[in-house]
Amino acid sequence: MTDSKYFTTTKKGEIFELKAELNSDKKEKKKEAVKKVIASMTVGKDVSALFPDVVNCMQTDNLELKKLVYLYLMNYAKSQPDMAIMAVNTFVKDCEDPNPLIRALAVRTMGCIRVDKITEYLCEPLRKCLKDEDPYVRKTAAVCAAKLHDINAQLVEDQGFLDTLKDLISDSNPMVVANAVAALSEIAESHPNSNLLDLNPQTINKLLTALNECTEWGQIFILDCLANYTPRDDRESQSICERVTPRLSHANSAVVLSAVKVLMKFMEMLPKDLDYYGTLLKKLAPPLVTLLSAEPELQYVALRNINLIVQRRPEILKHEMKVFFVKYNDPIYVKLEKLDIMIRLASQANIAQVLAELKEYATEVDVDFVRKAVRAIGRCAIKVEQSAERCVSTLLDLIQTKVNYVVQEAIVVIKDIFRKYPNKYESVIATLCENLDSLDEPEARAAMIWIVGEYAERIDNADELLESFLEGFHDESTQVQLQLLTAIVKLFLKKPTETQELVQQVLSLATQDSDNPDLRDRGYIYWRLLSTDPVAAKEVVLAEKPLISEETDLIEPTLLEELICHIGTLASVYHKPPSAFVEGSRGVQHKRLPGSAGSGESESQDTGSAAGVTEAPPAVIPSQGDLLGDLLNLDLTPPTTTGPPPPSSGMQMGAMDLLGGGLDSLMGDESEPLGGDLGGSPAMGAGFSAPTAAMPASFNAPVSGGLDDLFDLGGGVGLPMGAYTPPKTIWLPAMKAKGLEISGTFVRRAGVIQMEMTLTNKAMSVMTDFAIQFNRNSFGLAPAGPLQVLTPLSPNQSIEVALPLSTVGPVMKMEPLNNLQVAVKNNIDVFYFSCQYPISMLFVEDGKMERQVFLATWKDIPNDNESQFQIKDCHLNSDAASNKLQGSNIFTIAKRTVEGQDMLYQSMKLTNSIWVLAELRVQAGNPNYTVCLKCRAAEVSQGVFQCYEAVLKN
Amino acid sequence: MIHSLFLVNASGDIFLEKHWKSVVSRSVCDYFFEAQERATEPENVPPVIPTPHHYLISVLRHRIYFVAVIQSEVPPLFVIEFLHRVVDTFQDYFGVCTEAAIKDNVVVVYELLEEMLDNGFPLATESNILKELIKPPTILRTMVNTITGSTNVGEQLPTGQLSVVPWRRTGVKYTNNEAYFDVVEEIDAIIDKSGSTITAEIQGVIDACVKLTGMPDLTLSFMNPRLLDDVSFHPCVRFKRWEAERILSFIPPDGNFRLLSYHVSSQNLVAIPVYVKHNISFREGSSQGRFDLTLGPKQTMGKAVESVLVSSQLPRGVLNANLNPSQGTYTFDPVTKMLTWDVGKINPQKLPSLKGTMSLQAGASKPDENPTINIQLKIQQMAISGLKVNRLDMYGEKYKPFKGIKYMTKAGKFQVRT
Repeated sequence: MTDSKYFTTTKKGEIFELKAELNSDKKEKKKEAVKKVIASMTVGKDVSALFPDVVNCMQTDNLELKKLVYLYLMNYAKSQPDMAIMAVNTFVKDCEDPNPLIRALAVRTMGCIRVDKITEYLCEPLRKCLKDEDPYVRKTAAVCAAKLHDINAQLVEDQGFLDTLKDLISDSNPMVVANAVAALSEIAESHPNSNLLDLNPQTINKLLTALNECTEWGQIFILDCLANYTPRDDRESQSICERVTPRLSHANSAVVLSAVKVLMKFMEMLPKDLDYYGTLLKKLAPPLVTLLSAEPELQYVALRNINLIVQRRPEILKHEMKVFFVKYNDPIYVKLEKLDIMIRLASQANIAQVLAELKEYATEVDVDFVRKAVRAIGRCAIKVEQSAERCVSTLLDLIQTKVNYVVQEAIVVIKDIFRKYPNKYESVIATLCENLDSLDEPEARAAMIWIVGEYAERIDNADELLESFLEGFHDESTQVQLQLLTAIVKLFLKKPTETQELVQQVLSLATQDSDNPDLRDRGYIYWRLLSTDPVAAKEVVLAEKPLISEETDLIEPTLLEELICHIGTLASVYHKPPSAFVEGSRGVQHKRLPGSAGSGESESQDTGSAAGVTEAPPAVIPSQGDLLGDLLNLDLTPPTTTGPPPPSSGMQMGAMDLLGGGLDSLMGDESEPLGGDLGGSPAMGAGFSAPTAAMPASFNAPVSGGLDDLFDLGGGVGLPMGAYTPPKTIWLPAMKAKGLEISGTFVRRAGVIQMEMTLTNKAMSVMTDFAIQFNRNSFGLAPAGPLQVLTPLSPNQSIEVALPLSTVGPVMKMEPLNNLQVAVKNNIDVFYFSCQYPISMLFVEDGKMERQVFLATWKDIPNDNESQFQIKDCHLNSDAASNKLQGSNIFTIAKRTVEGQDMLYQSMKLTNSIWVLAELRVQAGNPNYTVCLKCRAAEVSQGVFQCYEAVLKN
Repeated sequence: MIHSLFLVNASGDIFLEKHWKSVVSRSVCDYFFEAQERATEPENVPPVIPTPHHYLISVLRHRIYFVAVIQSEVPPLFVIEFLHRVVDTFQDYFGVCTEAAIKDNVVVVYELLEEMLDNGFPLATESNILKELIKPPTILRTMVNTITGSTNVGEQLPTGQLSVVPWRRTGVKYTNNEAYFDVVEEIDAIIDKSGSTITAEIQGVIDACVKLTGMPDLTLSFMNPRLLDDVSFHPCVRFKRWEAERILSFIPPDGNFRLLSYHVSSQNLVAIPVYVKHNISFREGSSQGRFDLTLGPKQTMGKAVESVLVSSQLPRGVLNANLNPSQGTYTFDPVTKMLTWDVGKINPQKLPSLKGTMSLQAGASKPDENPTINIQLKIQQMAISGLKVNRLDMYGEKYKPFKGIKYMTKAGKFQVRT
């Protein structure tokens, strides 16, 4: 007698049979039938046709049957809203039942019926249950309020349930408190600015008391809520920490991690010389280590978080290296994470152990893991200077194994070691050259070519080696081509006599036979450089390179701070800001760590990151003005680096090598600004393994030069007729977005607003997974569909995208009114920028007002709302102007001529049904027009005026 | 919070779905199946998978994937812990957690899932409370239900749910009052080629089976509580008392539960109970390899090492192994290349050994990788960390309970590199 009988295959007429059974008089048969229905539902069969029959079974005293019917109701009420109303009465009745179990069950179930019509009937029972005498009912009702909010937020606010929920935070029962917190937290997620969880010392105290007594899940909710609080001073911070610390010994790992989050955050406020600070640091290590003995899935989440903790406070786990050693049967995702943390913890004290382990891993079976292990050896060498020699010899041992992928990976990292310790390990070059033929991956080939070019004077047959690469030049990837070009130029500058032919060959290959603008541009630069001033060329190409620094892969300090505030969440697993989670970011609040009590201490504490922590600009969206201002400044003055020094990486070095040194002379000599394409191409130093990191500030100068160009160009190509389309401007410069450049404009075509963008990949890696999201804005602009970038965007490729926009998104007034904040995501990161759309995009096609209405409205709008503007230097007659404006949905309703002055009366309507009335005065022979605008919402006038000006002048 | 749950079996079929909020189409699992296909081994499926609108968080237990769907920012550990709780509950209710068992009890499963989460918020996850709400199926009860038409669902408000001791129900009665504690320790270790310990740590737990009448208040003290510096407790343990006196004081749940788990870290000296002498070698140009393995007891405090099982994943190039065990039996699976040797008990006078040759594919080159040897073992009556319970006292009730404490040491992830 098991339930598997319910799973027998669908026979013909099964629904019919069930219907008969549901209507049977026998209780037992009825129940069996409901069970069968539920079983079918569980496996995804559609049994919604039985709705009325099942609902009929609801009026029963049998609790199990009641529950089963409730289950069914929750699943299908949405598809049968009219029938579901039949169930309402039973709910209302059950909410009055003397048995609290029934009351709670009823309030629980009714919240799950996601039908608008019904929810209104449920407010009264819910109100009662929120104040029920039984805490079990109250806590269930608290969750129900959150459910209701999900269905109809307005209703919950209007009915005052939010205040009732806030009151429940002071409830005497800890479980009720926990559920109220959970419900409020969930509601708050969709109301970023509302002060739902208004935390003050009193509520904090209540939460801390409830924390000790509620269930493990309740503890998680409360701890997560506590983490949002900012204590007033270090004493309060310490007292909270003291009360949270016991949670570190909880058996539930989620409780432990949430407690770690609270402690990590509040620790920031404690003075470092406090004894308690040291105690706390010691207490944090054991629970973190314990998490690593749990199931692999838990380990994975724990490791991702430990990765953050180790970056912020390496002292916590510095003695625990061994627990991160990899077991051979760990799942691969655990292995890779452990490896990453091992490198972060590597120091002079433990490097021998770490290296021995890494060497062991390099002989494992899993290719991905082996590669990462080899790369890790290189990172150790760069991080711990004393170990470099040992690392190099380990790598040489590995190269001797001749395992293809090990050799290639080793060569890539050895190149980095050369960059860090020049003129130290060049003796190994001979060994590397032996393996030249086995390299088939672009990265390894590029690395090898770089090495040959850089040390051309020490390699006797460097020209032969490079020549051999040149044979298949066109089949190589861009990375290798660029590297080969640079390497041969280096070679030429070092040994000019015998390599002239070679350099000419490569220059002609790069400039004449290549379709790749990056390659071509670089080719031309070299060519001109070599032909005009070989001495300068030498200075530029063979300039001394700055050493690469150890921490190329550290998370940027502001992001790290934010992530520390989100320990234990999805954000911490993906190491991306919570705003990156497009779905869940209805309201994004950037959390920051509270400042330390003594501001001086943080500086002295950790040398590298401290400065960055205190001064780093917050990750807010810069307004368009700032952005442009930035660019212009950079054009005129040498860049001043504020905030943390940009993490240097191989890539940038390559760029500086070319531009940093010789740029001035180059720009001076050449009348034609080369900057345009050149500046934006990070691939200049291609071939270096560094991830696409932020561009160094010094790199910006040529970009802005190029920008000017672009602007000029755009100015000339405005469309003469039809809707006015502003030229594309650069919204997101590549250096702010790890190589992604976005320029764009807004167009209105056939009544549809479109955001037209050009996405350009100026990084070295392929970009995929594009997505876009808007912040709430004044006119509710929102993407009407996903960003259509179907094919991955390969380096140096551009793509044109038109994103249709709707105006039904969430609304929030922006400053200025037409400001739009945009987040674009790709596989690398999330980027923010803001742009301004011309208000004319919002003028709808049916914006022509009746004459009478116009007159009445004009009179109706108070004179205070009238504003007057001058448009200078416009040489159109009134008819041409009228025509032009009509193209942008500004309709002329009447024209009057008084004393040689044309008065055009015009109207337009915005997407949100705001009417704007205008009077345009044009005097023959006078290039200055006057526009009078009247609108009930006077704020839009400025934007409308700008449209007039833009339309008339283009 | 948790939106939906899908159960997926080894062959990639969804055999159960449950939604706590709106219904999420099962096509969302396609992203999971993609990840599953990419993974080389079933256990390599990443636990957190992003999809355009949801996140999938999964655990693999008993060859069933429990895939939770979430839509907003939810702590992943919270979800994983909850999924574990679901697995534990199923196991508790049905004895095993298999596809067949779940299908056999689908109504109970559905009722349980409904009780465990409300709108994605955990509701009742303590097995004591659940059992009061929904009685576990037994053959007798199923028969009675069929005849009388009564149900598995309790009529009562679960009393424990709101008391200060939510883990214990009231009115417990036993004729034999007994409390048993098992101290079980597992050694996780990595031993390198030369036999020296790279890392070793002990994961210990104290599992209890307490069947006591009324509301007993127990205290448990240790001879050497200093060992326990990294512990996680069952919620019943009074943390303040532990902090102050290093005594475990608690009102126990009824039945089986885990009182505490602890971790003795690698910084303490961990005794290694066995040593392995090995020689696994291949010669260049020969299709034969040598295999020679000897086990011996090391630091066992005079206790016998039992149930020893040695396993090793031999290199892919190995075709077959022709070995000769001095005791026990061995098997070699030519498909997975897994060698298992069931040794049994180690006799210190006559050390067990496994010797012989491995044959390689003709013409294959010498394998690069070195196989790792995995060892399982048991030692009764000893906790390898040296942890010892001093005494167990009961307050609050008049009767004299029967008390018992058992120690056991096992190998956890005990690996020897060659």
